Amino acid sequence: MNYSPARALARIFAPAARMGKKYGVEWWILCAGACIIAAILFMALFPGTLAPFNPHQQDTGPQLASPGGAHLMGTDNLKRDVWSRIVYGSRTILGVSVLAALLSSLVGITLGLLSGYSGGILDRILSLIMDSVYVFPGLILAIAFAAMFGPGIINITLAVAVIYIPTYFRLVRGQTLAIKQELYVEAARAIGASGTTILWKYIFPNVIATTVVVFTLNVADAIMIEAALTYLGLGLPPSIVDWGMDLAMGKKYLPSGQWWLITFPGMMISLLALGFTMLGEGLAEILNPRLLER
Amino acid sequence: MARILHIEDLRVHFPINIGTVRAVEGANLTIEEGEVMGLVGESGCGKSTLGLSILRLLRPPGRIVEGKILYHGEDIVRMGAKEILALRGGRIAMIFQDPLTSLNPLFSIKEHFIETLRTHEKRIETKEALARAERMLSSLGISPERLHEYPHQMSGGMRQRIMIGLGLILNPDLLIADEPTTALDVIVEAQFLDLLDDLRKRFNLSIMLITHNLGNVAQLADRISVMYCGTIVEVGPAQTIFDEPLHPYTQGLLASIPNIKLDEPELKLMRGSLPDLVSPPSGCVFHPRCPRAMDVCSEEWPKTAAVNGHQVNCWLYR
Amino acid sequence: MKNLVRYIVTRTLLTIPMVLILLSIVFVVLRVMPGDPVSSMLGGHAPERVIEQKKEELGLNRPLAVQYVDYLWQVARLDLGDSMVFQQGVTDAIIEKMPATIELTFFAMIITLVVGVFLGAYAADHRREFRDSMIRLYGIVIYCIPVYWLGLMLQLIFGIWLDIFPIAGRTGSRILSSTFEQSGFYVIDTLRAGNYAAFGDVMHHLVLPAFTLGLTLSGIFVRLTRANMLDVLKADYIVAAEARGITHTKIVYRHALKNAMIPILTMMGLQVALLMAGAILTETTFSWPGMGRLLLERIYLRDYPTIQGVIIVYALFVAMVSLVVDIIYAMVDPRIRY
Repeated sequence: MNYSPARALARIFAPAARMGKKYGVEWWILCAGACIIAAILFMALFPGTLAPFNPHQQDTGPQLASPGGAHLMGTDNLKRDVWSRIVYGSRTILGVSVLAALLSSLVGITLGLLSGYSGGILDRILSLIMDSVYVFPGLILAIAFAAMFGPGIINITLAVAVIYIPTYFRLVRGQTLAIKQELYVEAARAIGASGTTILWKYIFPNVIATTVVVFTLNVADAIMIEAALTYLGLGLPPSIVDWGMDLAMGKKYLPSGQWWLITFPGMMISLLALGFTMLGEGLAEILNPRLLER
Repeated sequence: MARILHIEDLRVHFPINIGTVRAVEGANLTIEEGEVMGLVGESGCGKSTLGLSILRLLRPPGRIVEGKILYHGEDIVRMGAKEILALRGGRIAMIFQDPLTSLNPLFSIKEHFIETLRTHEKRIETKEALARAERMLSSLGISPERLHEYPHQMSGGMRQRIMIGLGLILNPDLLIADEPTTALDVIVEAQFLDLLDDLRKRFNLSIMLITHNLGNVAQLADRISVMYCGTIVEVGPAQTIFDEPLHPYTQGLLASIPNIKLDEPELKLMRGSLPDLVSPPSGCVFHPRCPRAMDVCSEEWPKTAAVNGHQVNCWLYR
Repeated sequence: MKNLVRYIVTRTLLTIPMVLILLSIVFVVLRVMPGDPVSSMLGGHAPERVIEQKKEELGLNRPLAVQYVDYLWQVARLDLGDSMVFQQGVTDAIIEKMPATIELTFFAMIITLVVGVFLGAYAADHRREFRDSMIRLYGIVIYCIPVYWLGLMLQLIFGIWLDIFPIAGRTGSRILSSTFEQSGFYVIDTLRAGNYAAFGDVMHHLVLPAFTLGLTLSGIFVRLTRANMLDVLKADYIVAAEARGITHTKIVYRHALKNAMIPILTMMGLQVALLMAGAILTETTFSWPGMGRLLLERIYLRDYPTIQGVIIVYALFVAMVSLVVDIIYAMVDPRIRY
């Protein structure tokens, strides 16, 4: 058989198309989300290949130049290149939000497993605390933490991470309680499996599937919270390149009509959040169609 | 006697992604004025779909592909949206299997009645509507004070009576009852069937009783239609359907009911189960399960034959 | 009726532990966590003696347990202390700013509900059609647009380019707030004073902020309403109502929607939390003089008593909303009687 690029391509994408037939729209939503994330991840990993300027470099061109020519997205008041700042800024937001989500899932899952498995007074107290935090607006909590910790990349990560712990806790605790009642866990206990074995071998694998979906959606939310904190001027020192801070800075030039200073950073925040949301939605529909309706 | 309903060659299809479900395929059915017609068959044979088609209540993707549903000579299949709405509840009433879930849990019984009356008689006063609802409740043996209650405060039998009341409040002349007693317990079921018989005389109703319970039809029906795989295989007077069933399917269906009086040694069960409605068997749809199948059965659909006052579709009666 | 009263009383009592926990969290974050309010307020280079004196003054040198009890007693008396920066009680400062926030969130909530619930119900009614897909897409996309960016873009389009709506503040400069009675709720004040020009001006200023906040949250309601409506539309009583000749519109928007709203109502408490978080960002974007802006201004000034006070008020508000939502839920659904 002759080699043909079209056929080779078709072979590569055939599995994707088959999945598309099986799961319909949801699969394509998942793919679109994954593509967005991949593109921005590339930006964050190899900024040098995309950005023509150093993000901190001033005098790259005229002040407040509109998009076009040497400046794809124009320049700001300090004559910095907006596109280069967008490219480098992806590192901050992606790093902080993914790290925050990882951190909160780690703490939340651990506490949830412990609380749900052990029950008793520990479970009661933890549940009461987590439920109360859960209903409290996350952003306000993050603002309070960010204000207390002061600016810094670790500090903002912690401030964002704190607000998602209850989400994981509630999810994992509920599932642990349900699985604990299952016959196969009872059977394992009857033949003398230890508490750790049961937690690790039986409960944890079951819990992890749903957590993946929630994790993805949490990253999307964390992205918007991170940018919100920096937009409000909390959380990061000015030496760090960040979309939210660029947005806050661009806000000053809105009345005079410099639209590119707010349009592009905001668009990127939305796009990144959209990528993770679509990935999560797709996963949720494919893994467990009823998860999000509850 | 005049025909109140005449269904001719009705075909209802549900296109789904793996093909088309032929839920009703060439069904013919007639209901005379004042009679109770029992429509029996196994679950999944299309009898509920047939009932829903009469009021054009099919859920998408289900739709009537072909055929006529003549109500007093008017074709329901060709009616406009407005006429259909006037027909539903106004001239033809329908009650469903599960009375527990057939009433809106957030509306009181009173609100159900007022809404139904207002839908058909736009200018009716609330007072008048309430009075009529009260009269209806008392005629169904329910205290009028319960009008102010909500569905969850009532028993299943009472809710089914409320459903009947809602159906009959506008004096329709045809009632379609789709498995009305399946969700009720045995004593309530018997009371309910008595009530139905009584109402039929008082309101001069014709009833189409859809059920898989042959006991129900035996008690109430004048005539019986037996449905199999989307089509009617045999029609006849209730008595002779039970005594001398002609179609092998009817015979099988009757043999599968436990009969305490006859003290039979064992229960005869029909072999096989309902065929796939996406790709039904060729010829007579019953031939793969029929104990008396012949060569011709798998080749061609038998035409309707009139035998002993029955209409039967079977190659045995040519 | 008697049952309902009993339910309301029990439910109210159950709010107390929740409030206590929220208050404790605020206390922990602001007093126990590392970070010294006094030294950061005094600029970090202040001599040790001055810092100690200030701490003594604010009672921050006492044991934490004493501070905690004192703190709870303060909240119970609704006296949130004095500002460290201005000669003003914290409670007064909050009361002054609260109406602006309530006015904004109230109108935003109306927009959210009208847009979200209607679109969700409409999408469910036209399930799997093109319209449905478009509405679902709207729901996902609007959810991912940060409220502050939406605000900025609306300012840019409607405030700068088209120049039809103001982009900052609650009133125009020509209308002095002293011309009408001051309850702080400008919409009510101007109406009561019969000053319709001022009323128009106030509403004009409300349009962009309220739509910004309202539209952002509508995405969640589109999804919630759609999912619940799909479940409800499958219910037997829907077919039964159809069989009585009730029109399709009435079935969808009266029978089905009312039932679909019940689970949505139970989730309203959480949505209100999102609404308040969104309000902080909207207020900052639109220079809206509400509690959110107060909080941020005082964070920049390191006015800790005020920061603490505003967060406490938010906490109390959250607890109150979840209480009210539960009570409304009990009244709407006749099946719920405790």
